[in-house]
Amino acid sequence: MSLSLSILLTIALAPLVGSILAGLFGRVIGRAGAHTVTLLGVAIACGLSFHVLYQLVWGGAQNFNQDVYTWFEIGNYHASVGFMVDRLTAMMMVVVTFVSLLVHLYTIGYMADDPGYQRFFSYISLFTFSMLMLVMSNNFMQLFFGWEAVGLVSYLLIGFWYKRPTAIFANLKAFLVNRVGDFGFLLGIAAILFFLKTLDYQTAFDAAPTLVGKTLQITQNHAWDAATVIGILLFIGAMGKSAQVPLHVWLPDSMEGPTPISALIHAATMVTAGIFMVARMSPLFELTDAALSFILVIGSTTALFTGLIGIVQNDIKRVIAYSTLSQLGYMTVALGVSAYSGAVFHLMTHAFFKALLFLGAGSVIIGMHHEQDMRYMGGLRKYMPVTWITMWIGSLALAGTPFFSGFYSKDAIIEAVGESHRWGANYAYFCVLAGVFVTSLYSFRLLYMTFHGKERFTVEHQAHGHGHDDHHHDDHGHHTPGVLEHAPHESPWVVTVPLVLLAIPSILIGFFTVGPMLFGDWFGKAIHVNEENNVLGELAHEFHGALNMGIHGFTAAPFWLAFAGFAVATYVYLFNPSIADKAKRALKPVYELLNHKYWIDELYFAVFAKGGVKLGEGLAKVGDAAIIDGAIVNGSAGLVQRIASGTRRLQSGFLFHYAFAMILGLILLLGGYWLIGQ
Amino acid sequence: MSNHLLSLLIWLPVVGAIPVLLAGAGRPGLARWISLLVAVATFAASLALLPAYDAASGTLQLNESMSWIPSLGINYSLAVDGISVALIILTTFVQILVIVGAWEVIQNKPHQYMAAMLILEGMMIGVFCATDALLFYVFFEAMLIPMFILIGIWGGPRRVYATLKFFIYTFFGSIFMLIGLIYLYHKTGGSFAMSDMANVHLTLTEQSWLFFAFLLGFAIKVPMVPVHTWLPDAHVEAPTGGSVVLAAVMLKIGGYGFLRFSLPITPDASHEFAWLVIVLSLIAVCYIGYIALVQQDMKKLVAYSSIAHMGFVTLGIFIGFLLVRETNDPDAARLGMQGAMVQMISHGFISGAMFSCIGVLYDRLHSRQIKDYGGVINVMPIFAPFYVLFAMANSGLPGTSGFVGEFMVILAAFSANPWIALFAAFTLIIGAAYTLWMVKRVLWGDITNKHVAELKDVNGREIFMLGAFAAGVLVFGIWPEPLVHLMDASVARIVEQLAITKV
Repeated sequence: MSLSLSILLTIALAPLVGSILAGLFGRVIGRAGAHTVTLLGVAIACGLSFHVLYQLVWGGAQNFNQDVYTWFEIGNYHASVGFMVDRLTAMMMVVVTFVSLLVHLYTIGYMADDPGYQRFFSYISLFTFSMLMLVMSNNFMQLFFGWEAVGLVSYLLIGFWYKRPTAIFANLKAFLVNRVGDFGFLLGIAAILFFLKTLDYQTAFDAAPTLVGKTLQITQNHAWDAATVIGILLFIGAMGKSAQVPLHVWLPDSMEGPTPISALIHAATMVTAGIFMVARMSPLFELTDAALSFILVIGSTTALFTGLIGIVQNDIKRVIAYSTLSQLGYMTVALGVSAYSGAVFHLMTHAFFKALLFLGAGSVIIGMHHEQDMRYMGGLRKYMPVTWITMWIGSLALAGTPFFSGFYSKDAIIEAVGESHRWGANYAYFCVLAGVFVTSLYSFRLLYMTFHGKERFTVEHQAHGHGHDDHHHDDHGHHTPGVLEHAPHESPWVVTVPLVLLAIPSILIGFFTVGPMLFGDWFGKAIHVNEENNVLGELAHEFHGALNMGIHGFTAAPFWLAFAGFAVATYVYLFNPSIADKAKRALKPVYELLNHKYWIDELYFAVFAKGGVKLGEGLAKVGDAAIIDGAIVNGSAGLVQRIASGTRRLQSGFLFHYAFAMILGLILLLGGYWLIGQ
Repeated sequence: MSNHLLSLLIWLPVVGAIPVLLAGAGRPGLARWISLLVAVATFAASLALLPAYDAASGTLQLNESMSWIPSLGINYSLAVDGISVALIILTTFVQILVIVGAWEVIQNKPHQYMAAMLILEGMMIGVFCATDALLFYVFFEAMLIPMFILIGIWGGPRRVYATLKFFIYTFFGSIFMLIGLIYLYHKTGGSFAMSDMANVHLTLTEQSWLFFAFLLGFAIKVPMVPVHTWLPDAHVEAPTGGSVVLAAVMLKIGGYGFLRFSLPITPDASHEFAWLVIVLSLIAVCYIGYIALVQQDMKKLVAYSSIAHMGFVTLGIFIGFLLVRETNDPDAARLGMQGAMVQMISHGFISGAMFSCIGVLYDRLHSRQIKDYGGVINVMPIFAPFYVLFAMANSGLPGTSGFVGEFMVILAAFSANPWIALFAAFTLIIGAAYTLWMVKRVLWGDITNKHVAELKDVNGREIFMLGAFAAGVLVFGIWPEPLVHLMDASVARIVEQLAITKV
């Protein structure tokens, strides 16, 4: 039994067809038509992805690896478009299409009044196609295509409300920061082609052991280890896409986009592409301890220091955005200790609970008539119970409460780091443990500020009770903070159903999959770990089932750290809010540091954006204008003019004269030569 | 007829220009339709090259030869290989779009404008077909005349400065080339045939002199840093169609010249000085990228962007010497050279499309200044996606043709020397920065002024033109293999020659 190419093609292309129909014929087919075709396309892809996963896991299907068409063929070099589908891919396909499907559904409610309705559906379906091409690829060229295509859609979606200056600033920033990552990524691909002579995954993985001992000549006296160069260059790509320090700056700003895409692209799927990529390339990364240590340090720095920023944010989406950065850091840490399946496992659980949190935040934003500032919320639980409960579920999962999905994945990562002896593992262990407290603190702070305590808003006109949604969209921000026209309300079913459907896996998926995925051989050959690096294998000896792990979790350090975060948040934000202000004043330097995000944005803007423009202006003035044109071109023209000022009259300015003179000159030259020849 | 297909391609547009001129100023409609008919017929004829040309062998084919000036040994001899075929079809394709693009836009002497365009087309096709060096030179120079007229008559306010600069620059370069050709004429014992010139034995010193003579001629055409400053001025003053042809086709003649002259005739000097061309190409990518970033005029910005993108053409060609002669990796050399060729074709579509887009805006607002725009998407929702697509292609986004050539060149460059690849890959960042910053200021945002508010969206004619460019950009971005296959055997032959030393 093997997978059929036509099914895989249908999975990839159905969202593309939907996107094209909604994008090009949006006016013809109307709003309902647009969401119907795109929803249908993604539903087909989702259903078939489940089918593929089923076939691979229970149906006994072989892994699929086949080219679809040749992209170019030059000598021995060959690039093609093709699919490699094993369990790792199939899991990603299911996560991507499932979250995408729910986001499509949710969008019907969230974007109901937006004039760009069809365009939005076209974009998110195009995103789904691009992401599928990325995860299903069997070669580096197509990987790079998907990689940049999701970047394009992210650019379009962050700038979806293109009238907002902040949105079009954020999308340019996101694209350019990602390009910095892609710069490294492309060089990494070039290095692979140079050393392994192929762009095909399987061929490259098979040849990977030949990298050992090879070096890349950097200068005459310096050579770098080939595998390390490849590993670090590829990972620079992942740093851009998965927003790792110092390329993390674009992700918080990406919140300018509509909330459904924050859930789909900037939490559940696209930003995890870097994690997926490194896991997919595990046969290459396993050859280089140095690159893995680099990954470990970057990841742990991201995990702790971006999480800290989340504590001081007041915009509900930004808190979740910093949480996403921090969780991506956890996944990266897992990669760094060779716990690739741990990273991918956390990727999966995170996709569900983080998409849930974002969509929940979006529901709050709709309910609050497009207020995003948590300082003007509070006490919302009685207005929107479904959102309230599901957000609690998502937060408990995020904080790592035993038996919730996030517990299994995060706990495994922390233990794997503790088990690892790789350079940097001690620092990483500190960061991921401290990060648990931080995660819990900002998560419960968000819940309390939003759903509990006193209402910090007033309703100007009482709700008329006719239940219609007269909500303006995020692009209308002209209102007095904390003053609402209508009372907050629960969102329509197209919004709450996705919340419920995401809440279920947020609770359960970890419990049911932790055994096989983390400690079994579920991924098979898709993920390769050298025996001496196999920290998860070590942990597997102590694993006695998910139930046991959950019970044991209550006695471990991470749980108590999370509980401490919960206790602090409860005391400060539920019972004694004045403490927060006192702490803010007492720790002013720290608060300022976090509130300004370590001033990294300002630094980058001054150095790279302004500095780049200054450099360009300088070069234009000195190089092109002064030296080349001023001194050489016009200078020599001036010289000629002075010497032969008499011939100036010939420069009549009539073009035909010049043209004629040119032909005449040519004839004279040829004629003269001919005469000499005689 | 197929024996004279190449002659037909050259002279059909030139002869076709006569009835266009005869239609006169009085009947502009007729003149437009005739020129469109001629352009379409030429395009159709150029498509006939595909079945007639045997791509598998990669040799020069469809030979035509007649004695032209027997006393000087000058022949009217023509032939094409895969690279020429690709460039000819690009030329005839772009020509249709240029004529469509000028349709209602050129109101001043439209018949002369169209006729000049058609003559220009014939001359450019001639350059791609000539196998006699002097015939090449004649077409090479003759093509300047219509371009010169196009800028000089239909150009902007500083057109005289621009045409003079354009003329002096290019003429200056080509005169050295002519001297080089005459020297070679001596060495071959009285033949201008390019194949004879390639077979002449030359010392390294001779080759070096010739190499620099050719370099001047072709580097100005490409243009390479530091002889590029004519291009932004020429573009800014040229009418839209002139800019499109200039960027889409004429610049390619520089890259084509390196393949036909520098590589086969002076292989050892080319190897000796490959570092120079590589350094200049990398300067084009990085330095020009920064200059493009700060341009205030959209046309200047795209002109500088063209220089940066053409840097990949010269880079892809000349890393071949390092790969063949130093690291002994001829397949990588093929990859790089293919990248250069694909980049030429792709840049034809993308730069043509970018200039057409700017033309569309200019026709409405009569300004090319970025600051005069802002929020165009609000009033031109059909135009906007085209503009974004071409901008993305200009930034080298995979899935568009702009990615293919640069990808191949960067991959090959890494095999030659990782540092070359590092600087070349910088285009990913700077190219996106200058292009998308322009998009941000022109397209996105709220409507900035009442002129923008009054903009009308593109009409059917403009949609056809932009759509055709878009098709080219997307088809070769998604599936470059047909284009690669068309040129591959010819590229392989050129790469084989790189290894053969003459001294």
